[in-house]
Amino acid sequence: MSSTTTWTVLIATSAICLAIKLFGHYVPERWLANARLQRINALIPIALLSALVVAQGVVVKTHVVIDHRLAGLAVALGALLAKAPFPVVVVSAAVTSALVYHLH
Amino acid sequence: MAPLPRNTVRDALSVAVTVGAYGVAFGAASVAAGFSVLQTCLFSLFTFTGASQFAAIGVIASGGPAVSAIATAGMLGTRNALYAIQMAPILRVRGLRRVVAAHVTIDESTGVALSQAPRGLEAMRVGFWVTGLGVFLFWNLFTLLGALGARVLGNPASWGLDAAVPAVFLGLVWPRLENNFLRLVAVLSMAFALLVTPWLAAGLPIIASASVAVVMGWRER
Repeated sequence: MSSTTTWTVLIATSAICLAIKLFGHYVPERWLANARLQRINALIPIALLSALVVAQGVVVKTHVVIDHRLAGLAVALGALLAKAPFPVVVVSAAVTSALVYHLH
Repeated sequence: MAPLPRNTVRDALSVAVTVGAYGVAFGAASVAAGFSVLQTCLFSLFTFTGASQFAAIGVIASGGPAVSAIATAGMLGTRNALYAIQMAPILRVRGLRRVVAAHVTIDESTGVALSQAPRGLEAMRVGFWVTGLGVFLFWNLFTLLGALGARVLGNPASWGLDAAVPAVFLGLVWPRLENNFLRLVAVLSMAFALLVTPWLAAGLPIIASASVAVVMGWRER
């Protein structure tokens, strides 16, 4: 990957994310009062974050690949069900995945 | 004026330290994805919204094009506009302060501020600023530590970073799944992303999953 790509992603992402925050602070409240827009906007993070779990957990490029990462995710899910705090969730997933990776 | 809301400051600081600490994971994942230590630190300084940052570097790490990375990060950032609309009438700031307030308008600062409503308007403002600026400080500090650590540790799979990143996303979506309808949206989005993965370029399934949100949110329920 070229440094042009990384700089483009860095600068564009930063600019867009700050612009979105500023927009919300300057826009009149009624502009985003539309009920449908609010319903969809509330679901967007859930849809994207869920898709990201899949894309990062069981996908390599454009293929579904089951490997050590899924073991880590399963442990993370168990930790969440047991109401473990966030750092425990992430670290237990990493440790499990690394163990499975090295056992193979 | 009300006395200094000490409980508010304590709440805010504990959130700031805890959330800031997983800047380590971002720093390490960003370097593993091919960003330099400098770029990684600039990400946390200027993008400063965790889910978008993880999404941008995650799409690049999985071989997706720059435009997918930027679009996914941007869409994840749109919720901050809604937070900002809620916070603006509470904060009532102008000029440079307003720009700073905008930059630190994230999940945590808004969440703590709104949770302080029973303690009054001043507590809400203190909650927002202490959480926002506190997360900013610790998130950037830990990003640097993670970025430097990743360079030393090498192959991300051998210490589990490739599973830590999806676990972060799972941990971020989890507290949002408050009822069965929202859980259904999450499961449908995962199934949709799996289904379209072989047919779309890397990174696009994530953006395409926004269509699940549009379909499910279209009608009142």
